[in-house]
Amino acid sequence: MAMADQNAGPTFRLSMLIYDTRYRSLTIQVIVLIGFMAGGVWLVNNMLNNLSDLGKDLGFGFLNDAAGFEISPQLIEFSSQDSNLRAAIVGMLNTLMVAVVGCIIATIIGVIVGIARLSKNWVVARLMTVYVEMFRNVPILLWIVFAIAIINDIFPVPRAFKGDSATASMLFNESVALTNRGFYVPSPIWLQGSMVVVIVFILSLVAIKFFGTWSKKRQEATGDILPNFWIKLGIFVVPAVLIYFIMGRPIELDYPAFVKFNFEGGLFIRAPFIAITMALALYTAAFIAEAVRSGIQAISKGQSEAAFALGLRPNRTMQLIILPQALRVIIPPLISQFLNLTKNSSLATAVGYIEITGTLGGTILNQTGREMECIMLLMLIYLSISLSISMVMNVYNNSVKLKER
Amino acid sequence: MTDHSFVRTEMLPEQPAPLGETGILLWLKTNMFSGIANSIASVVTIVIIYILAKEIILWGYQPSWGLGSVRACFDDPNVTGACWGVIPERFNQLMYGFYPKDEQWRINLSFFLMVAAIAPVLFNKIPRKAIYFSLLYPFIAFWLIWGDSIWGPIAALAGFAIAYGAIRVLNPVAGAIVGITTGVLLALVWWLFAAVPASVIVNGVIPIELEVVQSRNIGGLTLSVIIGISGIALSFPIGVILALGRQSDMFIVKVLCVGFIEFIRGVPLITLLFVASILLNYFLPPGTSFDLLLRVVIVVTLFSAAYLAEVVRGGLAALPTGQYEAADALGLDYWKSMRLIIMPQALKISIPGIVSNFIGLFKDTTLVSIIGLLDPVGLINAIRGTAEWKGILWELYIFLALMFWIFTFAMSRYSMYLERKLKTGH
Repeated sequence: MAMADQNAGPTFRLSMLIYDTRYRSLTIQVIVLIGFMAGGVWLVNNMLNNLSDLGKDLGFGFLNDAAGFEISPQLIEFSSQDSNLRAAIVGMLNTLMVAVVGCIIATIIGVIVGIARLSKNWVVARLMTVYVEMFRNVPILLWIVFAIAIINDIFPVPRAFKGDSATASMLFNESVALTNRGFYVPSPIWLQGSMVVVIVFILSLVAIKFFGTWSKKRQEATGDILPNFWIKLGIFVVPAVLIYFIMGRPIELDYPAFVKFNFEGGLFIRAPFIAITMALALYTAAFIAEAVRSGIQAISKGQSEAAFALGLRPNRTMQLIILPQALRVIIPPLISQFLNLTKNSSLATAVGYIEITGTLGGTILNQTGREMECIMLLMLIYLSISLSISMVMNVYNNSVKLKER
Repeated sequence: MTDHSFVRTEMLPEQPAPLGETGILLWLKTNMFSGIANSIASVVTIVIIYILAKEIILWGYQPSWGLGSVRACFDDPNVTGACWGVIPERFNQLMYGFYPKDEQWRINLSFFLMVAAIAPVLFNKIPRKAIYFSLLYPFIAFWLIWGDSIWGPIAALAGFAIAYGAIRVLNPVAGAIVGITTGVLLALVWWLFAAVPASVIVNGVIPIELEVVQSRNIGGLTLSVIIGISGIALSFPIGVILALGRQSDMFIVKVLCVGFIEFIRGVPLITLLFVASILLNYFLPPGTSFDLLLRVVIVVTLFSAAYLAEVVRGGLAALPTGQYEAADALGLDYWKSMRLIIMPQALKISIPGIVSNFIGLFKDTTLVSIIGLLDPVGLINAIRGTAEWKGILWELYIFLALMFWIFTFAMSRYSMYLERKLKTGH
């Protein structure tokens, strides 16, 4: 019978590899894999042939050779006698410094601008719209070169601060000097006993955390709301200041001062660093502002109306109802903006701030002529930075995510 | 009895509303001065805007448009700020780079044709037949911009015609798989072995030629637009395929797509441009070397495709599973269900992301200045290096920023229009 014949004959025919959906996906995958591996082998083979034609080999021994160039700024000790590897690490730390400082500034500006864009105040909202559209629609490279030009053009040369005939003056009670080479700010001097102050300060941060949990628990149990902000501010400031005076002011400030030809003392923040950080921060802040605005707007109006119906005031509505929900929408684009900022920091070469692209992809590459290894390593470093940022942020994202069944 | 009660019998005339409750005063009150904090914010903002605007206008409003050098601006007592003379003097260079003067009509023509070619893609009021011109446009533009014999692009186009013809003929006879395979193989054979000799022979008989222009002479905004538009056009299909691959059930395909996407998204574009300018030749058979501009376009395309794939994946993930199941229930195969059911909806959801991705791509074309191509940003240094425009900066930056701003702002407005047009909700 026909039925029996159909059931009895699951014989495998070659054409089933194409026409039977059960096997077709396997066929396609095998073909894709073979194609991919063949392509890979072809590329690597070409590369090896080309390299041997040029008399080069593939190896990372050059990383141990002396670098022979200087880097500034340097977060860890580095001299031209140190190895290329150390030069690359100094560069990587510089990248991370720009990324971290930039992300913090960008988040602060972005959140403020994003909320201000929704303000009922017409002038403020319009101004923020102009800011966002202006920064979002012009290439970041232009903003970076713009920033360094602003610093170089607007601020006076260090010599202008000299002596009695000074044409420029320092700000904030003679403590900050803004010059076209960079900004001189006071730096702390850690004297005997300063560790105690620092430890107390850290302890007070821990105390704030504990107080926060306790006050939340108390509010849920009794319904009584404490003036959290002021108490936290008190814990933040009072113990550290008390200990500071008890220990006899162990932390002093080293003020920059103009001596002979240039400023001495204090902390010198170089113009390229300021330019790249501010340009990246302002540019990214425009995108973050958009993320914040759309996140807040994504929360339906019923939520705030319900909160008002419960008798909550506007700022508590924002704090307790809107923001916790909006945060879930805001965090994912925020992560990708942090990643973008980190990757865009590779443009620092355009203003002469030396980071990983400037060392590994610039000076080291040119000095050793090992473009293959240098660029591979450069990509690997960026890849691992990006993947670690997105991993950390994803952990955070999961912690604020809506807990469903 | 006299009636002592007082009842007004006639209506009072209507009074105008109090001064503060109508018109501009009401608007000011509600939108700018609705409280102490708001009033302070408004006043502070207005003061800041006033100061900035005053400085910028004082600096920018200068009778310096006709002056021919920085020196002339410096000597002219009427000019106290911006030296705008550089813009008209160098306008040509900022637009075309070092493209030969007499041939620049070709760039202009291909730009106008580009508008005509893009229009049917962007707006659906234009007759559908016009889309054929859009398909032909890349070949026309290539010939116009780079010159040489017209038969080269036509021979390349003939390859597609051969493939299409073979598929049309063989599909009913031998089935889809045989048809497509034969078509692709025939086209490859044509491109690899026959296209070049054929075009040379035909050009010998009927020579239609334009003067050859080297890629290194193409610069300025033209270069940005070439890289931007070809990147956008090529990355869209690749991005969609990568997104589908990432959502695929096939393990190996999925892993390859995920690996590619995450790798590209994890590294900055500038390192990929280094690969294009330094490393790509290492990976090709010894002796082959092709145009830097082409290498840059390839890299920019792959870069944009990876980001696009993530945007489209977001759209795919946002569709309810019911849509996939409904397509299966109708008996559609994978490609049909994607083409008819899934993609139209997924792409609609992802329009804002796609357009902002394209805006990003267009802005990122400025990075090619770092590997030495003469895009507008790269030209700034060239212009500043000349004797007459030594040290000029702000005027050029502002001009370029404005130029890019117009392009990208137009793109973002188009995305809003598209969202409104495709909105089918209530």
